[in-house]
Amino acid sequence: MEEGIGTLLRTGVLLSAAIVFLGGALYLARHGESPTDYRVFRGEPSELRQIRGIVHEAISLRGRGIIQLGLLLLIATPVARVIFSIFGFAAEKDYLYVGFASVVLVILVCGLLGSS
Amino acid sequence: MNVLEFTALVWLGSVIAGFLGSLTGLGGGVVLVPLLTLFFKVDIRYAVGASLVSVIATSSGAAAAYVKEGISNIRIGMFLEIATTLGAVLGAFLAVRISTGTIAIVFGAVLLYSAYVAGQPRTKDPLDDVPDPLATRLRLNGSFPTPEGMRHYCVRRVPAGFSLMFGAGALSGLLGIGSGAVKVLAMDQAMRIPFKVSTTTSNFMIGVTAAASAGVYLSRGYIDPGLSMPVMLGVLTGSFLGSRMLFKAETKSLRLVFSAIILLLGAQMLYKGMAGKI
Repeated sequence: MEEGIGTLLRTGVLLSAAIVFLGGALYLARHGESPTDYRVFRGEPSELRQIRGIVHEAISLRGRGIIQLGLLLLIATPVARVIFSIFGFAAEKDYLYVGFASVVLVILVCGLLGSS
Repeated sequence: MNVLEFTALVWLGSVIAGFLGSLTGLGGGVVLVPLLTLFFKVDIRYAVGASLVSVIATSSGAAAAYVKEGISNIRIGMFLEIATTLGAVLGAFLAVRISTGTIAIVFGAVLLYSAYVAGQPRTKDPLDDVPDPLATRLRLNGSFPTPEGMRHYCVRRVPAGFSLMFGAGALSGLLGIGSGAVKVLAMDQAMRIPFKVSTTTSNFMIGVTAAASAGVYLSRGYIDPGLSMPVMLGVLTGSFLGSRMLFKAETKSLRLVFSAIILLLGAQMLYKGMAGKI
């Protein structure tokens, strides 16, 4: 199970970093000259706050949308690790830890979905 | 400053933060948020969102290596993640409801505490091997590879460690950091887990903990792609370089320098928070 978790985490991080890098390059090429201002908090526009909107923005090849898709994948990586652990513990017949990992998964899903 | 210059400078700052964070074991998050708010004048909510994302990246990247080497204890991690994720969801819900000044004050206090932890010499690994009944029932005891072969260890005071981890998770969700300093308190001091195992296992847990609060941050619009991009890529680069240097650098003097920096940043965050300037 250790091998699998290690590979899963590494792949998730590298893939998301690559997507963020690509989106960033596109964003800088198009908006590099614009002024920045992060002093005042406005919050992100609604299409960059939800999964559906982000996927739509990324498919339209908007730099910020692609970056956000990469970040979404990054957030999903530890969640995938927990799901993988449930199967790993089940294969080891360690049902106590199948239970613990499932509890963590429920909390994660509540945190991810309950807020939107 | 235009987007290109801003991105380049934030990237450079994040590389340094990630580098120092990985060398000292405190993580890049603790210096990132003060760096962004105090020097780049970024609103603390954007800073916390970007930091949270970078924390997931570095912890998952480092955890991948440690897990394969068999140092992290996956059962301890999985069990304590129940506490940290619950705490993280609570922390994130608090973060979107309290004032930015209060967040800055809490952040300042955590920085001062982290400076104290970083300045302390490492606690000696416990040598006593008397099993604790609860830890045994939860199958938390384990062993890890050392130059002298596998070493067995027993975990203590599970309830105390579990409660402290809930607090660590709440701070992580509130401030967008890995809260390594609190985890050290829980795992090293309370549960008496050997240093190498506790640091790597805590690293393993940080990603899941941060993911629990990331949903709240994303839906509230705290995660800005333009800011998170250089921060995430920079911290990832810096911590990778740091982990390569870990065995060559003189860490004792470095820890002292780093704790002095954190102390200064902490004092400034406290001041700005109290003066209502954040």
